[in-house]
Amino acid sequence: MDQETKVIKVRNMYKKFGDFIANDDLSFDVFKGEIFGFLGANGAGKTTAIRILCGLSYPTSGEIEVAGFNVYKQRELLKRKIGYMSQKFSLYEDLTVYENIRFYGGIYGLPLKEIKRKATDLLQRLNLEAVRDTRIGELPLGWKQKLAFSVALIHEPEIIFLDEPTGGVDPITRRQFWDLIYEAAKSGVTIFVTTHYMDEAEYCDRISIMVDGKIEALDTPDHLKEQFNAETMNDVFLRLAR
Amino acid sequence: MNRFIGFIKKEFFHILRDKRSMLILFGMPIVQLLLFGFMITTELRNVNIAILDHAKDNYSLEITNKITSSGYFNLTENLQSEKEIEEIFRAGKANAVIVFDRSLERDVVNGFPGKIQLITDASDPNVANLVVKYLEGIVQNYQITLNRTTLNTVGIKPEMRMVFNPALESVYMYVPGIMATILMLVSAMMTSISIAREKELGTMEILLVSPLRPVQIILGKVTPYLVLSVINAIVIISMGYFVFHVPVLGSLVFLMVESILFILLALSLGILISTVADSQQVAMMISMFALMLPTILLSGFIFPIRNMPLPLQVLSNIMPPKWYIVILKNIMLKGVGVAYVWKETLILIGMTLAFIGLSVRKFKIRLE
Repeated sequence: MDQETKVIKVRNMYKKFGDFIANDDLSFDVFKGEIFGFLGANGAGKTTAIRILCGLSYPTSGEIEVAGFNVYKQRELLKRKIGYMSQKFSLYEDLTVYENIRFYGGIYGLPLKEIKRKATDLLQRLNLEAVRDTRIGELPLGWKQKLAFSVALIHEPEIIFLDEPTGGVDPITRRQFWDLIYEAAKSGVTIFVTTHYMDEAEYCDRISIMVDGKIEALDTPDHLKEQFNAETMNDVFLRLAR
Repeated sequence: MNRFIGFIKKEFFHILRDKRSMLILFGMPIVQLLLFGFMITTELRNVNIAILDHAKDNYSLEITNKITSSGYFNLTENLQSEKEIEEIFRAGKANAVIVFDRSLERDVVNGFPGKIQLITDASDPNVANLVVKYLEGIVQNYQITLNRTTLNTVGIKPEMRMVFNPALESVYMYVPGIMATILMLVSAMMTSISIAREKELGTMEILLVSPLRPVQIILGKVTPYLVLSVINAIVIISMGYFVFHVPVLGSLVFLMVESILFILLALSLGILISTVADSQQVAMMISMFALMLPTILLSGFIFPIRNMPLPLQVLSNIMPPKWYIVILKNIMLKGVGVAYVWKETLILIGMTLAFIGLSVRKFKIRLE
């Protein structure tokens, strides 16, 4: 982690839908190469915040910069610098592994030569060369998820947003998935991740916990446990979310 | 541009690898056309009729001969009295009964119109209609030959004045109707389903997060269907021409231009549907009820608009296929140019712009 470089800067971010305040005065920074856990109960406003940071919707007010770009005016530039993977699985089931890689590389404007090189490299790293021309639909969920993560990194984004990336996956695959996340973070990619698994929260460098649209806590897992006098992150979460 | 081509390529993969899509795209138009086209002609080759001949003179005999030798009718029974008519209909032994009036010959000779009554089983109105027209045609033909052979032309005053070839006329009607239905189905339903599928699978979010602009995404989704719809239009026109001999009297280029306009309209409708539908099923249901049924029922494709109750006649005006069918008929059957269909064309253009405008607005609201 590089404490000097802030890749996400959020100051007084509000998002209102009529009378309902989904994001209530959020302010936080995320550093380069950090694994930033974004926690909160369902409906706490996490998804709204992520959508704003990804350039999918405008905030009502506030100053927000992502990868050095303003979310109001520089959405197109911003989108080139971020990756995204959602809880819903996000590769095309009826396309082969290679076709998926080529498609996603293509929409980020990578030249075909580079896509080919990256595809070979990526499949080698994941040990999936044998299924290069197999349709995604025929692969086990764990493989798909790893692939989806690697494909989301194909255009070398500065930040990757992971929205509950490990939902419905067995513990072993989850562990392997986190190995990939660590690897990416080590190479300087910032990870912005939401999760419902509190053991995963422990893997993060810092965690923010949202309750009813507000950030109620933001610190390292160890400091949070100390601050709330709790044994585990689970206890911290329960104490705050209630 | 490279991105866009990649996107379209992917879209074609989706379509070509999905058996159901392929079936709807290419199986359906052909089957529908054959079904509608042949159904009419084959049914009329096997119509059972009965005859109640009170006259038993030369005229009635000759007309009977003409009818039975026409190839369209089977004479199943010679009736003796009026009472048997109802019976034979009930038993389903005949679709039509022809009654010759006792004074047929006397009337004709004396210069009055000879009376022939046609009674048809109207439980199937379409068949009944066609049977009447066929029989009228045969009787009228007979009258013409009769007038030619007798020196005394006062002999017969034909009661029916229409020259008919109903079998062909039906196919003429169905080809434009099927064009409209298929293009609507392929363009609107398939597009809305394919966009809804991206939403359902969560890939739409990925596309929106990418540097692709929403406009590019939408164009990428609809372009393959535009291409496929144009191919479909060509297939239907050529099948109509080669199999059913439906002519294209007007300009083929103009016909294609109008068809592309209609395809664009259907595509924009599909996009509009996909902005409100979040799943493939919802998209399918909306397309079915909001597009397919009105296209088939209210466009004048199967049921003539002038026979509808007034509220439905008014309603039919907002059905885009109605105007397209009018344009098609004019170009294909009457061979007219833009001077005669500019009004309908403008209506289609207006509707297309309205639908595009509406979907853009809806799309923007969704993004907020």
